[in-house]
Amino acid sequence: MVVADKYEMVCGLEVHVELQTKTKIFCGCTTEFGGEQNTHVCPVCLGMPGALPVLNREVVNYAIKAGLALDCEIAEFSKFDRKNYFYPDLSKNYQTSQFDLPICIKGGLEIEVEGDKKWIGITRAHMEEDAGKLVHSGETITTSNESSVDYNRAGVPLLEIVSEPDMRSIPEVLAYLEKLVQILEYTEVSDCRLEQGSVRFDVNVSLRPIGATTLGTRTETKNLNSFSSVRRCMEYEVARQARVLEAGEKVVQETRTWDEGQGITLSLRSKEEAHDYRYFPEPDLVPLVIDREWVEKIRKTLPELPAARRARLQTLGLSAYDAGVITQAKDMADFFDAALSCGGDAKTLANWVMGDFTRLLNTNQCSVADSPISAKQLAELLTLIDKGTLSGKIAKSVLEQMYSTSKDPSRIVKEKGLAQISDEGALLGIIDGVIAANPQSVEDYRAGKDRAIGFLVGQIMKATKGQANPGLVNQLLKEKLSS
Amino acid sequence: MESLSIGKSVSELHELLVNKNISATELTKAYIDRIQAVDPDLQAYLTVLEDQALTQAAEVDQRIAQGEVLGALEGIPMALKDNMCTEGVRTSCASKMLENFIPPYNATVTDRLRTAGTILLGKVNMDEFAMGSSTENSYFTKTRNPWNLEYVPGGSSGGAAVAVAADEAAFSLGSDTGGSIRQPAAFCGVVGMKPTYGAVSRYGLIAYASSLDQIGPLTKTVRDNALVMNAIAGYDPLDSTSVPQDKPDYTKFLVNDIKGLKIGFPREYFGEGIDPDVARGIQASIQTLINLGAEVAECSLPHTEYAIPAYYLIATAEASSNLARYDGVRYGFRAEADDVLGMFRQTRAEGFGPEVKRRIMLGTYALSSGYYDAYYLKAQKVRTLIKQDFDRAFEKFDILLSPAAPTPAFKFGEKVADPLAMYLSDITTVPINLAGIPAISIPAGFVNGLPIGLQLMGKALDEGTLYRAAYTFEQNTQYHTLKPNLAREVLTCGSR
Ligand SMILES: [Zn+2]
Repeated sequence: MVVADKYEMVCGLEVHVELQTKTKIFCGCTTEFGGEQNTHVCPVCLGMPGALPVLNREVVNYAIKAGLALDCEIAEFSKFDRKNYFYPDLSKNYQTSQFDLPICIKGGLEIEVEGDKKWIGITRAHMEEDAGKLVHSGETITTSNESSVDYNRAGVPLLEIVSEPDMRSIPEVLAYLEKLVQILEYTEVSDCRLEQGSVRFDVNVSLRPIGATTLGTRTETKNLNSFSSVRRCMEYEVARQARVLEAGEKVVQETRTWDEGQGITLSLRSKEEAHDYRYFPEPDLVPLVIDREWVEKIRKTLPELPAARRARLQTLGLSAYDAGVITQAKDMADFFDAALSCGGDAKTLANWVMGDFTRLLNTNQCSVADSPISAKQLAELLTLIDKGTLSGKIAKSVLEQMYSTSKDPSRIVKEKGLAQISDEGALLGIIDGVIAANPQSVEDYRAGKDRAIGFLVGQIMKATKGQANPGLVNQLLKEKLSS
Repeated sequence: MESLSIGKSVSELHELLVNKNISATELTKAYIDRIQAVDPDLQAYLTVLEDQALTQAAEVDQRIAQGEVLGALEGIPMALKDNMCTEGVRTSCASKMLENFIPPYNATVTDRLRTAGTILLGKVNMDEFAMGSSTENSYFTKTRNPWNLEYVPGGSSGGAAVAVAADEAAFSLGSDTGGSIRQPAAFCGVVGMKPTYGAVSRYGLIAYASSLDQIGPLTKTVRDNALVMNAIAGYDPLDSTSVPQDKPDYTKFLVNDIKGLKIGFPREYFGEGIDPDVARGIQASIQTLINLGAEVAECSLPHTEYAIPAYYLIATAEASSNLARYDGVRYGFRAEADDVLGMFRQTRAEGFGPEVKRRIMLGTYALSSGYYDAYYLKAQKVRTLIKQDFDRAFEKFDILLSPAAPTPAFKFGEKVADPLAMYLSDITTVPINLAGIPAISIPAGFVNGLPIGLQLMGKALDEGTLYRAAYTFEQNTQYHTLKPNLAREVLTCGSR
């Protein structure tokens, strides 16, 4: 494709993320997802005449927390503004948002693409209310005979995070999004459930000839709701803009929409048709003054962020790769830390967590949070291996039984009699039996065929249902054969 | 029973109830009878709640029978301007748009008055969405001035002023965005207080201009006014702009003494456009205040002339946004159309009256990209200057005074064709809303048989000094005791 040789893409993102406060931003209604249509509503979020908004302090706490985690300055003075436009999913026909004085400014995060680290600036992050949800009888509002609107989501708090146009490739964009979502999950300001629409993306893209210093004309594609849509949309949009430029034409500055089914972007409105939102300060709310004490109080609640956590795990002996995998999601990292706090070797634990434990969860499509195996139980299992009570092989089967029964490993071992046989007397009896039954193999071994011992060990393990201590079996067998 | 109760002040009625000269039910019935007798001509009420009022009265009587101590407003029949939400009772804002709107919740003032034990007689007429100065902009009916039925009652709280002036309610609540309590109070010869912005909760008041709207009482006497303020003022967590402080007992300011009180009269409020007869009346009031021991001197509020344009930019800008929600989707009037945009357009075209549309267009324009700085932002700067004017004046004076309106009531239709002339009649009242300070209008004489009002303006949250001055003036004048000769007027009108 010509794009890579001739043009450089420039991309900035606006990410709208639902904050997971219990109640809405300006009223006491629940933010719970789902619920019968228009049941999580009140006069305030329905925009009834005379109803007034009251700012939910918890939303401010969450916004400060997210801002701090994204390395932003928290504005001492910020305010709300009304963004005016008519659309039936807006109960007041204006959205209460923050315009020129947002709560968070001048932040950023570091991404890593193929080993190269890069800082992506965050211009601002501001609080606003979500709109309701339209349900059409047909495809769109204009082609439907009937549309209904559900205001359950109206007034759910959003944080809109606006990046600088710092990204130059699709991998950079995806790395930025992954990192951003990771930080938001870590700080627990959002559950980032993409499938429920709790994170939405607007993508700004432009192309410019390689080496150019001025920006090309950009398009904004609104309302994408998954990483894969973002990737496909950008691939399409970059190719489209390149075609336009190659044809000697100009890219039109406009707002576009992503058609998931067709995999294309479509023009929504041109710059000339752009909404005039007629922003002005929200007179029903007083300006928000955040003193430093408030900010410091929130700072104290910040969890260890992914980068710091990764570094700490590396000091415990984990490889950079393993530390990265374990800290990818906060749930997993928390599980790891909880198990580690029960004692044991970090490296061994990491292998189990990333290996059999993760495989078990994946097979059962279970999340770490819902895991029937607790961190403490996994740690206990590793202790049993360490003490020689269990062989690694048996331990894997015990882990599976722990998953299906939620029982402690020691209890499973006891109930099923799975403890490793390390009793020399018991083992010698079995070994004698196996030697007596396999004279040919004994002969072969004595004749110098070392491989024959493997067969004999296998027979002993078989006779003990795998419970014999393999090291001890090897030792005793060799002693017997050489005597 | 009428002779016993009608025409009395809230505090007099309270005495009658306490002494069991009259029951709350009898009192309520007397008011309902009065409404039925005079309202066909005056048209103050949009909704009369006879059954509900009598039920509420019976509850009060039961409490009296049980020997409970009656609160100052318990059993007192009153009316609410029809832009204050009343659960289960239509709240129309005198607009076709909300002709059938029944709120599922009460405004905070509605709740507080209910808690105080008042009897809600009904909802009273106003200019549509409180936009107007004559109540002629009501979608439903024109309310007449009881002093002369050919004249407007003022507005936008015209129904609220008339209900009190014509004894159709013992008191009422109005709302004041640019003079909508004080001007009709002046035109109808009653006491009207616009409290400090934030002193009374706006929760449940259907917004016209959020940063200017304020609810206040219209009463026959200054004492009544303070009593009602006691019931409705005070912090409300549901209104973020309400002032988080303990309210005073306003009645403790009712002392007949203004010796040494420093009163300024801003010369800008006595200039062009002020009716000479009104000016003379206010001069006489000034003399009265001087005779009572006040120190009165001229002062200046130099930015007054910019108040009207600033007001009409800020108020309409906020209104254009506040009224955007009336689109036919959720409640209120809906026009049929082929698509959603058509439904929006048609609903708003049919549901709003011409003055409301004019203000929405003005405000939309003022906020438009490319005009915002020149209009809205500049108006906000003027607002700051006007506030500073008052701050400076209050360094020297305890209160300021002016006519409450530049003229007495005018005739129906006189200013309808000339909206600008109507807007200019707000010159003495709008600066007060821009500054957010309190002001009260009290009866101060008559011009050609029509009442005029004296406006007293105070420092923010200093309603107390206004009550003190107003009370002293009232105790030493007779204007508030004069009644419109309604029987004759009603008769003349009724025979037409
Ligand atoms: Zn709500």
